[in-house]
Amino acid sequence: MRLKRTKQKPPRPAAQRSQVGVKQRLRNYFALHFHVLTTSLAQLGRSLGGNLMTIMVIGIALALPATLHVFLSKVDSLGASWQESAKVSLFLKASLPAQALSGLMTELNSWPEVGSLEYISPEQALEEFKQTSGLGDAMEFLDQNPLPGVVLVSPALAHQAPAAVESLLQRLSQRSEVDLAQLDLEWLQRLFGLIKLAERAVLLLGGLLVLAVLFVIGNTIRLAIQSRHDEIEVVKLIGGSDAFVRRPFLYNGMWFGLFGGLLAWLLVNVLLVNLDEPVRQLAELYGSDFSLGLVDIKTTLLLLLLGPLFGLLGAWLATGRHLRAIEPS
Amino acid sequence: MIQFSNVSKRYSNGYEALKDVSFQLDKADMAFLTGHSGAGKSTLLKMIPLIERPSAGSITIDEKPLAQVKRRKIPALRRDIGIIFQDSKLLNDRTVFDNVALPLLVSGEHHPREVGRRVRAALDKVGLLQRENDSPIYLSGGERQRVGIARAVVNRPKVLIADEPTGNLDPTLSREIMLLFEQFNQVGVTVLIASHDLELIGAMGKCIMALRNGRLLAGEGRPHR
Repeated sequence: MRLKRTKQKPPRPAAQRSQVGVKQRLRNYFALHFHVLTTSLAQLGRSLGGNLMTIMVIGIALALPATLHVFLSKVDSLGASWQESAKVSLFLKASLPAQALSGLMTELNSWPEVGSLEYISPEQALEEFKQTSGLGDAMEFLDQNPLPGVVLVSPALAHQAPAAVESLLQRLSQRSEVDLAQLDLEWLQRLFGLIKLAERAVLLLGGLLVLAVLFVIGNTIRLAIQSRHDEIEVVKLIGGSDAFVRRPFLYNGMWFGLFGGLLAWLLVNVLLVNLDEPVRQLAELYGSDFSLGLVDIKTTLLLLLLGPLFGLLGAWLATGRHLRAIEPS
Repeated sequence: MIQFSNVSKRYSNGYEALKDVSFQLDKADMAFLTGHSGAGKSTLLKMIPLIERPSAGSITIDEKPLAQVKRRKIPALRRDIGIIFQDSKLLNDRTVFDNVALPLLVSGEHHPREVGRRVRAALDKVGLLQRENDSPIYLSGGERQRVGIARAVVNRPKVLIADEPTGNLDPTLSREIMLLFEQFNQVGVTVLIASHDLELIGAMGKCIMALRNGRLLAGEGRPHR
């Protein structure tokens, strides 16, 4: 076998290399990043079977807290809309003269915190009680109407925050005409308390699942590093910096995170669509038109941003730990 | 260009691979390093790209002491050194072209057009331009070694080091590979080759340094001819 002889001049030694400008260096740098970005995606596609499993694990791990977060935020917003319809019930003293009642109504109407007033007389209350309680016949045996007059106070729009309503309640309960002032939505405040507790639990669960995502991605990258041990050694031998060697693995992690995030988004939507109908039916029983709908834009963006971010982080941790151990020998 | 001054290397298990080795290679020198298996040839070569560091003594390249090269600066040092191995160390999941292009990608200083031009020039030089799209697994031992040489020279290094580059080749191919090294040496590249094939290196008429049990037999100073 003969070597091919050419008329071409042999390569010039390093000392004669052309100097590359900063602009060209930057252009080459970004071109190289783009090259690694696309080749790492192609590499992911080449062993799709194994990588799909990893993506599914990441997707499910992200979907769990995302679903709970979406569900809780929907319930939270529903609670907030109920909060807006909060009313204070003023149970008036039994012996309150009509003149005092009229004075009370006039004064309350002048308060800026008060949006509207509705008076329910003892007779109206009794009638309503008879109709709704099923104890109408029993009421006939009573000598007198035991129910007091009630004034329903709806807070003005600007004063519907929980603290403002609470303050209004305090102020109303101090009135001499009032026997008892009661906020109708105390149960809602308890619900808010439960939601807050659940949100904290979701946050902690989310933190644990994010850790799981980091470990899954880190382990996948660790295996990729092991399988490309020889390549890494060669690249380091010919002058590849740590950053150069690390780069494809970081992009790899980012792709895993991005596809995991996309899968999570899809899974959450599938869950919401499946739960929407029964939730809607349940809400109808309570006279509400509440429905779950689909994942909102904020959560979508969060999933699509956090997924790649967790991927990058997991890959960074794995490469930092394992790449340093590989040196040419 | 390359200067070893009283270099010794003792591994952590106590084995002393090199003992008080001193020599100097000037720019555009070509020298052979010979000796029996385990004499310390590979250890000596590994010290030039800082794969190994000496336990004692000093090494300078272009008058720069390697002891002062920090870990993060080692890649830049290696980019100026072309390294060729007995087993060529090619990446079988890439084409011949991609293997040769690797040092240019690593340096990040070249536009893709320039990369293509340089890779083809290097492959042409070693007579493998027509195999650029092949996978290395389809190449013969001699062809693989020539691809390894193309990869080592594509970035126009100042120094070429080769560890038993003809160890797996027949005499004719070995001679052709050596002639390639000679051509690169003729354009100013400093070449240091480890080989135990005394007949082959004797025929090249270049400087020869002999190692025995980690000691340089030729003594200190310039390698003998």
